[in-house]
Amino acid sequence: MTLVLDGVSKAVGSEIHIHPTSLTLEKGTMNVLLGPTLSGKTSLMRLMAGLDKPASGRILWNGSDVAGVAVRNRDVAMVYQQFINYPGMTVYENIASPLRLKRVPRDELDRRVRATAELMKLDERQLRRKPLELSGGQQQRCALARALVKEAGLVLLDEPLANLDYKLREELRAEIPKIFEESGAIFVYATTEPHEALLLGGNIACLWEGRITQFGKTPEVYRRPVDTTTARVFSDPPMNFLRITKTGETLNFGEHQSVAAVGTLARLPDARYLAGFRPNHLHVRRQEVAGEVLTFHAAIAGTEITGSESFVHLDHAGERWVAMARGVYDMAGGDVTEVYADARHVFVFDENERLVQTTALGRAA
Amino acid sequence: MAKITLQDLAHSYFPNPMEATDFQLKPSINHEWEDGEAYALLGPSGCGKTTLLNIISGLLVPTRGRVLFGERDVTELPTAERNIAQVFQFPVVYDTMSVYDNLAFPLRNNKVAADHVDKRVHEIAQMLDLGAQLDRKARGLTADAKQKISLGRGMVREDVSAILFDEPLTVIDPAMKWELRTQLKELHRQFGHTMIYVTHDQTEALSFADKVVVMLDGEVVQLGTPQELFERPTHTFVGYFIGSPGMNVLPARIEGSSALVGGHEIPLGRSFSAVDGSEAELGVRPEFTRLNSAREGLPVNIRRVEDVGSHKVVRAEFDGRQVNAIVGEDIEIGADMTHVRFDAEAAHVYANGWIVDSDQRRRRAAGGAH
Amino acid sequence: MEKTPNQRAWFMVLPVLILVAMNAVIPLMTVVNYSMQEVFYGTYSFVGPRWYIDVLHSERFHSSLIRQLIFTGTILAIEIPLGIAIALAMPRRGFWASVCLVLMSLPLLIPWNVVGAMWNIFALPDIGLLGYGLNWLGIPYDFTQDPAAAWFTVVLMDVWHWTSLVVLLAYAGLQSIDENYYRAAQIDGASRWAVFWYIQLPKMSHVLTIAVLLRFMDSFMIYTEPFVLTGGGPGNTTTFLAIDLVKTALGEQDLGNAAAVSIVYFLMILLASWLFYTITMQRKSR
Repeated sequence: MTLVLDGVSKAVGSEIHIHPTSLTLEKGTMNVLLGPTLSGKTSLMRLMAGLDKPASGRILWNGSDVAGVAVRNRDVAMVYQQFINYPGMTVYENIASPLRLKRVPRDELDRRVRATAELMKLDERQLRRKPLELSGGQQQRCALARALVKEAGLVLLDEPLANLDYKLREELRAEIPKIFEESGAIFVYATTEPHEALLLGGNIACLWEGRITQFGKTPEVYRRPVDTTTARVFSDPPMNFLRITKTGETLNFGEHQSVAAVGTLARLPDARYLAGFRPNHLHVRRQEVAGEVLTFHAAIAGTEITGSESFVHLDHAGERWVAMARGVYDMAGGDVTEVYADARHVFVFDENERLVQTTALGRAA
Repeated sequence: MAKITLQDLAHSYFPNPMEATDFQLKPSINHEWEDGEAYALLGPSGCGKTTLLNIISGLLVPTRGRVLFGERDVTELPTAERNIAQVFQFPVVYDTMSVYDNLAFPLRNNKVAADHVDKRVHEIAQMLDLGAQLDRKARGLTADAKQKISLGRGMVREDVSAILFDEPLTVIDPAMKWELRTQLKELHRQFGHTMIYVTHDQTEALSFADKVVVMLDGEVVQLGTPQELFERPTHTFVGYFIGSPGMNVLPARIEGSSALVGGHEIPLGRSFSAVDGSEAELGVRPEFTRLNSAREGLPVNIRRVEDVGSHKVVRAEFDGRQVNAIVGEDIEIGADMTHVRFDAEAAHVYANGWIVDSDQRRRRAAGGAH
Repeated sequence: MEKTPNQRAWFMVLPVLILVAMNAVIPLMTVVNYSMQEVFYGTYSFVGPRWYIDVLHSERFHSSLIRQLIFTGTILAIEIPLGIAIALAMPRRGFWASVCLVLMSLPLLIPWNVVGAMWNIFALPDIGLLGYGLNWLGIPYDFTQDPAAAWFTVVLMDVWHWTSLVVLLAYAGLQSIDENYYRAAQIDGASRWAVFWYIQLPKMSHVLTIAVLLRFMDSFMIYTEPFVLTGGGPGNTTTFLAIDLVKTALGEQDLGNAAAVSIVYFLMILLASWLFYTITMQRKSR
């Protein structure tokens, strides 16, 4: 089972929602679409489902072009952000509905409905109620069950957890990988949260303004974003950036400030670059970093203490930076302090915003 | 700006509430909101936090009890007379007006002089980074800009005693959430209003607030700083709700200064005579659960390792129960890492869900100033 | 949402197409045909666009048109604000809300010629409650003789008949406004007027556009009620376009003339609707 998008694009009037995109999704893979709202995630999923026709390009399912095939004849299931269930039917009937349409015999239908309900942790009592009588989390479980019972080859989930409480979201999210492994279908999961993307694993496609900036295995894309856009999309808290020029052994950045180019950074050709590092690699306490560091001075703009960690907001040469400290870090605003960027985890982008070098995990470009 | 006091508060949506379950806010809630502090009201859906917020703002009159602003009893007073501002979950802007007019609206309704209105609007717009958009119509703006306008309308009045937020960042993208949260904190620092922020998102609550009120089923479960809630949750629910993942809770039997978990001895470094010899629960956060290859502590089966970028979450199992541990991002999980050790000071004892004070702590409290 | 093409759908639509063809398209073609002929007791002679030229210069047509425009303008100016005001006054929830909705629907359920007849009797100066009452109060009122009184009665009748439609549409528009807007307005200290002007009216605008369109079109074609009430009189003071058209076609048997008037009439309404549609679409996309 493979889904191939070949040069697929979508436009509404003169607005281009999806630029010509090619993508190949293999059987049994979890694929995450990550991007801010209006970046094209939903548009792309609707094209995959067949709810919209592409303005150009082809969509191939198992090698054959599916243009013109009605949605209900396609091997696809979809779950939405709003818990969409048939309000007049019980949960049992909701889950059974796709099977009834296929005229599955009663015994098998009952077996499959109950198996899926158990997988989604819906008990006997809940099966007999109407969806609107259940809590938000349970309604979404019902919608998920209805999508899964079909055993479709392609399962599309459009930010399914976005309307749930934080903790409920965590719980359901922990169950999704299990469900995915059991089903063996192609899963496509859209989300705006980088955190969620990392937790789900599999492959990831970063979207920005209708384009896929990078597609690959999630840890790969996280550790080696090909350009600053991908780095920005796949970062929460936002990535810290710094404009630098490299001359000889030093990295210079505005206002006569410079830092020794250490480690693999020393091997870069002399030019202008954009350096990026994630907040968890920017430290306010020297002891929290092992190995070489780049030392900067920055003014503390404020701290957010969450108990397990603190986010320190810094002003550096006109840029806003965020550093992460373990536990509680309570320093007054306005103080200037030394901050340390872990030299092992710096991204260097050239003037076209493409990744030139990453020192992450010591691998050079 | 004043202190807000809740006295003997309770609320029910039924006309004749009889049992505790009829109440949305269980009797009785007594609480003081200090002037100028930033509070978060944290809890799952249905815990009553929005109801409490609406009682404070005046959109709801409580079934029982009183609300005081300073010395003034405002329980029956309508919202407009309480001098509070509220920001809702979905941005509320006047579509037909420009951004400038939106911000000026509350002031103009109070018949403030035109040049003063102008000054205030520009001040607030600058704080919220809306200066460039003052002349644009409010209709076509992005969700976060609209929320900023909602917030700005709340702040533009100088007589505002408190600003209430009802899950205001729900519709905002994660990237913008950061900016807005930072701006909110700065606004708080600069203007010093009392701020009460309702959310179900613990990250938002903990990073924004000086003090957090955790609610469950219409009751206040714990009130404390983010650090207190993190290091010493007084109820297993708080341990579960705060922290990602939440606290590990294991059934244990307290013997002397150790806990026996499934036959394994976990040293606690202090005694709990109140529950000695009886069944209780041991609660330790994953941040203090150390995966090790030295066979120290509990033997566990690792089910899954989740790489979250800045750290890894190890989901393991002991005796049918989930035990999670947090491990640094550069640490490789070896096959020989079969045990978890708990930091003794971070391990807490709970009975019926509530924390049990150690003997040492009790002695300190009794011996201290009374 | 784009649908994938399904040719079988055309077969489903075919019966309707045939019906529409028979009931609308073919008669329309017939009328166009007539409009180009001189009909004289069964003989037809083709005269081309002569009727159209005549009609467009006709004094009679002009005065009917002007009367029609004044009528439409007047009832729009009354019914829209009045409808909005009533909708605002109606309760949003509970038992009385349902009662009000039913009361509002009643005028819309009465057959139009019955409406005309009702008002005819109601306004009669000797036995009608309105007619007699007004005269008793000292206001000289006789709609059968006095054009001003006739206009007054016709407008009043239309307002009574159709304001409910505006009320129901405006009410539906009001119901869709999120509670939080009112709460925010409360907190902002907004006056009742400000709430109406800045929240309610803008959010009702889409529905109100539909109401205006419906009322415009219906009133522009009005026939039954004024015909039953005044017959177009006294004289021709309340002879609106449709009434005049029927007089020409059936009364005077002047089919060519009438056909041309029909086509011109049709094109006017088409133009107005198209203008309306374009303006609404433009506002939506902005």
